[in-house]
Amino acid sequence: MLSHGYVRIMEVNLDNGKGRVIKREDLVNHLGGSGLAAALYQEYGLPEESPFHPDQPLIFAIGPLNALFPLMSKVVLGFKSPYNGYYAETHAGGRMGTIMRFADIDALVIRGKAKRPSYLVAGSREINVKDARHLWGLDTTLTARLIRQKEARAHGKRSILRIGVSGENLVKIAGINVDTFRHFGRLGAGALMGSKFLKAIMLIGDASFDLDFGPSYKKLYKRLFQDLVGSDLMTKYHGLGTTGNVLPLEKMKSLPVKNMQATTFPEAEGISGEYFADNLLLRQVACTGCPIGCIHIGLLREKFGEEHEYCYRQVSYDHEPVFAMGSMLGISRAEEVITLLDRVEKYGLDVISTGVALAWATEALEKELISKEETLVPYKFGSSKEYLEGIRYLSEGTNEFYRLLGEGVSAAASNYGGEDFACVLGQEMAGYATGPIFFVSQAMGFRHSHLDTAGYQLDQMPEEFTPERAVELLEEEERQRVLLTSMVACLFARKLYTPEVLQEALEAVGLKEQGKSLEELGEGIRRLRWRVKFSTGFKPEKTVIPRRFTEIVNVKGVSSKEYMKDLIKLYSRSINNLRDQEK
Amino acid sequence: MAKIMRPVEMEKCIGCYCCMLACARQVHSSLSLDRSGIQVRTLGGLTAGFQAVVCLACLPAPCAEACPTGAYRQRKGGGVRYSRESCIRCGSCKEACPVDAIIMDRESGEPVVCYHCGRCVSFCPHSCLAMTEGKKPKGDVI
Repeated sequence: MLSHGYVRIMEVNLDNGKGRVIKREDLVNHLGGSGLAAALYQEYGLPEESPFHPDQPLIFAIGPLNALFPLMSKVVLGFKSPYNGYYAETHAGGRMGTIMRFADIDALVIRGKAKRPSYLVAGSREINVKDARHLWGLDTTLTARLIRQKEARAHGKRSILRIGVSGENLVKIAGINVDTFRHFGRLGAGALMGSKFLKAIMLIGDASFDLDFGPSYKKLYKRLFQDLVGSDLMTKYHGLGTTGNVLPLEKMKSLPVKNMQATTFPEAEGISGEYFADNLLLRQVACTGCPIGCIHIGLLREKFGEEHEYCYRQVSYDHEPVFAMGSMLGISRAEEVITLLDRVEKYGLDVISTGVALAWATEALEKELISKEETLVPYKFGSSKEYLEGIRYLSEGTNEFYRLLGEGVSAAASNYGGEDFACVLGQEMAGYATGPIFFVSQAMGFRHSHLDTAGYQLDQMPEEFTPERAVELLEEEERQRVLLTSMVACLFARKLYTPEVLQEALEAVGLKEQGKSLEELGEGIRRLRWRVKFSTGFKPEKTVIPRRFTEIVNVKGVSSKEYMKDLIKLYSRSINNLRDQEK
Repeated sequence: MAKIMRPVEMEKCIGCYCCMLACARQVHSSLSLDRSGIQVRTLGGLTAGFQAVVCLACLPAPCAEACPTGAYRQRKGGGVRYSRESCIRCGSCKEACPVDAIIMDRESGEPVVCYHCGRCVSFCPHSCLAMTEGKKPKGDVI
């Protein structure tokens, strides 16, 4: 733990099933999360080798504040992406961040390739690589259930990561499921686990630490907790949750619909947060250590036989999954969205990429670039039963077409045509068709996510930003976010954890030096992680925005091609500067 | 009479563990999920809801009856008081608890149980926990 003056790293080598724990004092100024993962990739990674090289590491990192303050609940996974070949981050919540703290692991570095399907059990007193041949080929739900039964200890203090069939099959849009409802979804981390024959990881949080920080720590914890629970700062996340965005986005012509042939959706009501809450919301649950409870679980009672025969499905929903399995596919019934999400969850795919891929396939089929020979089922926007099959074909790589589509929409489009309507911004787009700043910011952001710099917020503001000003604002946002993702905070807490509060929090847990030089450390981390990405071949100036993004109407009208070109040029310059700057 | 802490509305629990972290922090000056008198658990995976394993404030308390040194003494209104000096870390209290609400701390070997101080209550975001009236004795109290 950083407060003790070092970071504790657990290395596991799957080649021989052995591991070791090391304490590193020299890494403390990388803080944790984004900073620590990038620093460790520099040491352990093979930037020029294939993402599937057996020695490529999976690096899970928490930060100095995990479990010590509310909403410090996330984990950063740093890895070389099988999807695009660059150094990448993907983030997840659930129990894992807190459980890593209590497993006394600041970073878990997994290298090598197991000789047979395996799962790892790791805790403060345990490193054990076990046989998982019986789990290979099973879905994510059953895998976790069987591990819980077999490893029946530390109830409530475990965190279980696992891949589905898609990860086993090295599908490059496969994710890692975390604790049933959360995911390291993006950029193909699931395929990396699959390439190592690593089916699952169970972490055990069984260590305790004496608190010797003095009274200011407890006082600050209480104040932050009360700020969170006693105000309406977080109401929207607990109430409707992120699906509360569906209707407002639709109203401002920013909801991607039917492979983004449109940005409005008259039937949006049927997949709105309000509809879900009124008809399908079972309850909310929380990540460990967060009092908000933003994880919304939908319950679908499904009739499967004539004689009053029912089963039920429980699955978490958010704006992104609902856009991906809903509006993007023209599906307007929340019940069908739940059924599709349940299948994506079980096969362990990245839901956003899956939705965008199936939407592209539907339009490509409409335009006769491909035929039923490729798709095997006649996709039609609005009809879920074919998509349900498609999820399986993608996961299993049923034919050449699905194997290519499983590498991402761009890979399929470069073979079959249809690049113009490939909704890809670095990776398959997130559910915010707000306008040019978002399009460029996802395409160029560090992890090609809407969360990198929140360009979608700028598109929604009444001001017109010059490209220069837009880039300044994106940089500013990235600076604050990289601090948060090095703590590792949930980004929903960004209004609470201002740089000043982060400084106070670090100082309260004995990290005075780091607190004082936070801004400088943050900038160092920002530079480092871009440099690591550059070391894997990334070239920001090569960014392409497909034509579809310049054909549709958004908040401020149709996005100008020229404006986006300027933005890409300036943003590239800004990122390239980080590479070239002296330390 | 002394009050007792009870998980009165666990149906509303979101599984955030803020109560456990609060007990460890406020009562045991620890960062821990184990050094907590209240233990929130799932009922078998996250889809099944949550339960709180916590001292029921028995009166008489079997753990106090089982304690060979008097380190656990009956508390008025239910539950026990604990004297660290008298405790020999034998674990008899843990064995005696009918609801597994006592944890033996791995590092110190000491028993951890809820003392009904209520310091966790204000850290529950959904008011699942409450201080309620103490119990009247059932049977002989030793």
